[in-house]
Amino acid sequence: MHEHGHHHHDHSHDHGHDHGHDHPHAAPHAPPAKDEKIHSYHQVLGLALKELLIEKGIVTADEIRKAIEFRDSITPALGASIVVRAWSDPAYKRRLLENGTEAVNEMGANMGDLKLVVVENTPEVHNVIVCTLCSCYPRAVLGLPPSWYKSREYRSRVVREPRTVLKEFGTAIPDKVEVRVHDSTADMRYLVLPMRPEGTQSMGRDALEKLVTRDCMVGVALPKA
Amino acid sequence: MAKDLSPGDRVRVRDDYPAGHIRTPVYVRGKEGVVTRVFGDFKNPETLAIGRDGLPLKRLFEVRFRQVDLWPNYNGPETDTLDIDIYEHWLSKA
Repeated sequence: MHEHGHHHHDHSHDHGHDHGHDHPHAAPHAPPAKDEKIHSYHQVLGLALKELLIEKGIVTADEIRKAIEFRDSITPALGASIVVRAWSDPAYKRRLLENGTEAVNEMGANMGDLKLVVVENTPEVHNVIVCTLCSCYPRAVLGLPPSWYKSREYRSRVVREPRTVLKEFGTAIPDKVEVRVHDSTADMRYLVLPMRPEGTQSMGRDALEKLVTRDCMVGVALPKA
Repeated sequence: MAKDLSPGDRVRVRDDYPAGHIRTPVYVRGKEGVVTRVFGDFKNPETLAIGRDGLPLKRLFEVRFRQVDLWPNYNGPETDTLDIDIYEHWLSKA
């Protein structure tokens, strides 16, 4: 999915497939639940576009459903399995840093037309990811982005005061470590390869994967043993 | 316009404010940085956004800026950086 240019893609899967407006039954309608969303202009536009695409036979409702189901099935566990393999397999780590797209596809991800760039945390550099233009996120390896990642506050502040934002996430980076922000403005998606924590040499793969959370791979947290 | 940039080249981002779908955030316009990667050639998002074919392809670079060059009151060490992806037609050699 090309995320730029579809600024409302984050909403498109949240609605539309769970509202049956043509109720076959004659019973009086219950009042709408309090949390039922009123469709915004752009949501209506999205629904209209979807209906037209289906009517014209360009996509089927089932294909749209499958695509949503697939996207919802991706979780940060995939990213964690990639990180942990890189921690224990130097050849894989080299491939991951040289060509992230191929290396994650090899682990079962599907980057599609997008490219993945993996940026490595070291004792000298701490990386953190943002998309100031919209909310580009390495969805193919982490799934859907958290709401704070898409917030105007995170997007505007992490570029100009990253250390303050990181502290608010509970992550204090010493001044001698360079903080490097990555603003994803094009077709590249970024994934942070965190450092393997001290004292984890005897841990097995499953235990290690639990340490590598979503936030560690965005760069707002560090894995803790 | 600069297609022949290589890692290590100092570049300046065009200080320009055209209307439309622009992928070069305002906070880097007019700023100087260093090319760190060459990503290859991509369709131009500025013309794709208005239903055209995005051709000719534009070369995409990763450019690294010092945070203190981007923000006059940056509150971290001088060694902090920001990497961002910029298309060739927004860059010139500095």
